[in-house]
Amino acid sequence: MEGLHLEALTIARGGVPLLALDAAVAPGEVLSVMGPSGVGKSTLLAAIMGTLASGFSMTGRVWLDGRDITDLAPEARRVGILYQEELLFPHLSVGGNLAFGLPRLPGGRAARRARVAAALAEIGLEGFAGRDPATLSGGQKARVALMRMLLAEPRALLLDEPFSRLDAQLRAQVREMVFARAKARALPVLLVTHDMADAEAAGGRVVDLG
Amino acid sequence: MRPLRAAPLLTLLVLLGPVAAGLIGTVVPALGVLPALGGTRPSLEPLAALVAWPGLPGAVGLSVTTGLAATMTSLAVVILFVAGWQGTRAMAALERALSPLLSVPHAAAAFGLAFLIAPSGWIARALSPWATGWDRPPDLLVVQDPCGLAMVAGLVAKEVPFLLLMTLAALPQAQPAQRLTIARSLGYGRVTGWLKAVFPAVYAQIRLPVYAVLAYSMSVVDVAIILGPNTPPPLAVQVVRWMADPDLTLRFLAAAAAVVQLSLVVGALGLWRLGEIAVGRLGQAWAEGGARWHGDGALRGVGLGVAALSTLAVTGGLAGLAMWSVAGFWGFPDALPDGVSLASWARHGPGLVAPARDTVLVAAAATGLALVLVLACLEAEHRFGLSPGARSLWLLYLPLIVPQVAFLPGLQTFALMAGADMGRGAVILGHLVFVLPYVFLSLAAPWRAWDVRHATVAAALGAGPGRVFWAVRLPMLLGPVLTAAAVGGAVSVGQYLPTLLIGGGRVQTLTTEAVALASGGDRRAIGVTALAQTGVVVLGFALALAVPRIARANRRGLRAG
Repeated sequence: MEGLHLEALTIARGGVPLLALDAAVAPGEVLSVMGPSGVGKSTLLAAIMGTLASGFSMTGRVWLDGRDITDLAPEARRVGILYQEELLFPHLSVGGNLAFGLPRLPGGRAARRARVAAALAEIGLEGFAGRDPATLSGGQKARVALMRMLLAEPRALLLDEPFSRLDAQLRAQVREMVFARAKARALPVLLVTHDMADAEAAGGRVVDLG
Repeated sequence: MRPLRAAPLLTLLVLLGPVAAGLIGTVVPALGVLPALGGTRPSLEPLAALVAWPGLPGAVGLSVTTGLAATMTSLAVVILFVAGWQGTRAMAALERALSPLLSVPHAAAAFGLAFLIAPSGWIARALSPWATGWDRPPDLLVVQDPCGLAMVAGLVAKEVPFLLLMTLAALPQAQPAQRLTIARSLGYGRVTGWLKAVFPAVYAQIRLPVYAVLAYSMSVVDVAIILGPNTPPPLAVQVVRWMADPDLTLRFLAAAAAVVQLSLVVGALGLWRLGEIAVGRLGQAWAEGGARWHGDGALRGVGLGVAALSTLAVTGGLAGLAMWSVAGFWGFPDALPDGVSLASWARHGPGLVAPARDTVLVAAAATGLALVLVLACLEAEHRFGLSPGARSLWLLYLPLIVPQVAFLPGLQTFALMAGADMGRGAVILGHLVFVLPYVFLSLAAPWRAWDVRHATVAAALGAGPGRVFWAVRLPMLLGPVLTAAAVGGAVSVGQYLPTLLIGGGRVQTLTTEAVALASGGDRRAIGVTALAQTGVVVLGFALALAVPRIARANRRGLRAG
């Protein structure tokens, strides 16, 4: 089965049930998970990423494009994630951040550099490769974070309230960019948010955990 | 990932193994058993011989009084200052001034203080002859006074920066600004309100550092040799004298005295704990009594005064060392020497090259090992989701609380029995016991405060745990890692007893050289050596600050933190 499938997923903290979810997200589809803070939305994403903190336990399976990824290491799952903060690595340049996400390519350094330059051009940041990420504007950072994630060629995308820090105008713009690119690559997207406007803009089904 | 999983256990072994082995090696000869020296059957003879030593009451008394006095004074200075000045600009300024002072080796600070307060020191010179009428140094026993007051002053000057930084680190968890605002809105004075509303929460956090200060002050050797009384000296100094005596049978006596020293520290810690409970009870009654005002203005003034005085004692002392190291002829009442020259550096410098090399070698090796172990522990904590409890903090502090003089002689005795050659390697492992806790304490907070979502993002980009560590976390935390390394290096450079006892006198560092000059009184040689000792430490901190700034000149996001 193509897409992201959460099969009878339950998460408990210290033996106390926290949430249960059974859902399938088709390629190119967005599933919005809503709920007030503290309901375990971020925990759900950690479970899919494979980074649940000790003290939490989960049952059920996570399938991605017909592959059971439940027991894989986070780096082997090919699940991308974007947070509220861009979390660009401050010790690397803008180009270095993109190169970090880029898989090994034939053609060596020159090919990587060219690929990074092309990716920057694609998000309207030509010539930004050498820049310090701390000097970018909020919208520029969001674009670099998204492109970094896409360069790693994920098979699914998780969004942890990625728009809630942006101001209203930028927010619509970034939201549209993320959804458009995810759709263009036929990525199943799981969006976690407490803002109904985000869920509406996503245009997909909405699950309420609250 | 096996080796990483074993890291916490290995660290514990490196930390506590030598302490445990050393304690056994001390207690057994104290009970008369040391086959290499003919002691085959347990007996109470060493203890009896110790009791028969006429200096014992004096030595014991000095250890207890100087240790308690230094600890209480340091704590009082820090509390009074923080209570009166928390959140002010004066506080920020003094914090900036005190942090570097923390790294000044104890021996250098002690020599510096001696150069200030001695009858022929800078203070007497500044006041003579116009105020005192002295045109010759007065015949007063100011340094090495029989009550150990100079020694207490030297300890306080060095412990105040340590306790202050520990207090400032603990402060945010006590929500000091909110609590103080509430107390003041209820009509409490600044100092009174702080003591009643904030201090109890802070003290709970700095209890272990306070215990470490008490144990250290009671059993310190280098500061005592420089500033403390000689006949009798504090007990710890006497242990070292007996250990160094060519008459090997005195080792039994040394072991017995080391055991007594350990009991003294344990007893004093127990007494301190009882004091904590009593003060806690009284304090509660005081807080509930509702008094709003206890001369807060005067207390604030005193707090600032004593904190500034302790800063001046160290910085002034360093200035004194520097002045003597370049002084030409310097007659008594003159505040400054007749001329300035590098003659003393030219004379003593070449002899310091070899000790300086060993100092740096031992410090670099011990710090490097400590960093590897600490990083492995922290990474294991992160990867395997371990959550260290309060007990692990106690274990970390144990080598700082068990007096050095109680277990280092035991290690030397073991080596004597095994006929092992105690060279630099052993000294490095000995230093590691003391370097590791400080490196851990310095690095753990920033390491744990790192936003782990960076690791999740990196994993989502396909990076495994190894790449996350080497390519993301370590570079992002380069600054704190280098600072921890500089702290570790400073601790190693300052070590006197481990170098002396474990090295068996064959490993010479700038610290052992400097302390060895204490009895000679050659101020120019002392100035050069103590300054060189301080210089090595300062160089370490300068590198730790400069490297990230140069390597990261164009990365703003790393400089904010």
